[in-house]
Amino acid sequence: MKNANYSKEHLLYLRKNRRYKIIINVVRVGLLACILGIWELLAHYKVIDSFITSSPSRVVKTLQDLYANGTLFKHVGITLMETMVGFVIAVVLGYTIAVLLYMSDAAHKVFEPYIVVLNALPKIALGPLIIIWMGTGYPAIIFMTVIVAIIVCIMNTLTGFLSVDKTMLTLMQAMGAKKHVILFKLIIPASVPSLINTLKVAVGLAWIGSVMGEYVSSRAGLGYLIVYGGQVFKLDLVMTSTFILCILAGGMYGIIALIEKKLTK
Amino acid sequence: MILSFNDVGYTYHTKDGETNAIEHMSFGIERGQFASLIGPSGCGKTTILSLTAGLLKPSSGEIRRENAEFGYMLQRDALFPWRTVEANIFLPLEVKNRNTPEMRENALRLAEKYGLKDFLKKKPNELSGGMRQRVALIRTLAAQPDILLLDEPFSALDYQTRLKVCDDVQAIIKSEKKTAILVTHDMSEAIALSDKVIVLSSRPATVVAEHIIDFGDNTPKSRRECPEFSQTFEVLRSELGL
Repeated sequence: MKNANYSKEHLLYLRKNRRYKIIINVVRVGLLACILGIWELLAHYKVIDSFITSSPSRVVKTLQDLYANGTLFKHVGITLMETMVGFVIAVVLGYTIAVLLYMSDAAHKVFEPYIVVLNALPKIALGPLIIIWMGTGYPAIIFMTVIVAIIVCIMNTLTGFLSVDKTMLTLMQAMGAKKHVILFKLIIPASVPSLINTLKVAVGLAWIGSVMGEYVSSRAGLGYLIVYGGQVFKLDLVMTSTFILCILAGGMYGIIALIEKKLTK
Repeated sequence: MILSFNDVGYTYHTKDGETNAIEHMSFGIERGQFASLIGPSGCGKTTILSLTAGLLKPSSGEIRRENAEFGYMLQRDALFPWRTVEANIFLPLEVKNRNTPEMRENALRLAEKYGLKDFLKKKPNELSGGMRQRVALIRTLAAQPDILLLDEPFSALDYQTRLKVCDDVQAIIKSEKKTAILVTHDMSEAIALSDKVIVLSSRPATVVAEHIIDFGDNTPKSRRECPEFSQTFEVLRSELGL
């Protein structure tokens, strides 16, 4: 069936489409290569001071060193663990709270101003308190990750719930559906697209939270390496850690995009 | 009488005050009748349906209904896009806790009888507007209601689809021998479809006139071709004050 019956115009259209996609991808990769190339060249010919700006080759060298002395995976693993655990807690807890707020209009009204204020509050202001309350280990950093991500999870999820098609709601009510039936049969499935968007935003915030937590207090992790590298002027270490963060954050986003494809198929 | 309104009134309360939506409303509908309520827009037609279905309680007067189950069909089909056509049709069974094999089989029989057999596994967005409205009707019928409440179910369709779906819906409701109450502001739709037309005044709504319509051979198409059609249309028009 495929291909066999397509007209010449359609084949041409498909080819044009494919070519456009390829061009976009080539330019994307090319742009990165250009930036890295110029950076490397400028550093190589001493136009810029690579002690301050580092350079791609020094990043690669730092990566090799970290790998060789066995600390690479330790730091990556710790930050990844903190981010993932914080992300999962924030999403699950945030979703649950959103469900509870949806089920009770009064609760929603009572908590709304609190949520708004907590959302506007720069969470790093809580840093000292968190250290005093929870110590300087992972729990403190995970806690930081959760509070950075959870408010947006609650707000986005709730907005998704409340923006479900009113006609569908009327239909369910006309069938005599109870509120929990409406929740499970209509609200939750209808708000899957908004859940995916929430996940996308939350994953970014979880990275902010975990790295911020490591800035405030930590003995290991990529955030720790960045702070440490900055303090002892090892900018190669700062750049390398940032580079790893880019890859990890991109990877996690990619996983969510895959989940999206699966769920919305 | 499967349903009768006796001197019913209904008042809305909002922060800004109260609105008399309905006043001294009385009418009756027989079992198997296809009745239309027509009136100027915003006259509280939907309120009447909600009262009929028991979603709202009248502020005064009395609504008597025989032991009857209601099914609602709305302006838009409101099919759930994440469910297949089949799962959409089963929705009322799930909600009303009557998801038994017999009920499901009955729903599927209806779907097949009215030409949805090949669409059962499809998602609603693969269907045309007219087809979707047909699915919505079968979904309403799946729970085996005695009275169908149709809230301008054709108003979101384009004119050609509308004529077709109109005929379609009427034929299905007649052949399933259901009682139906249609609210609409479209006079020709009311005349073409119903056995009885109840004309309402503007807010607060009350009954202005009732007409029994029995010309033609009871299909919307034959009705539209009858000379009485335009006469009735003129009568309704003057009663509505247009």
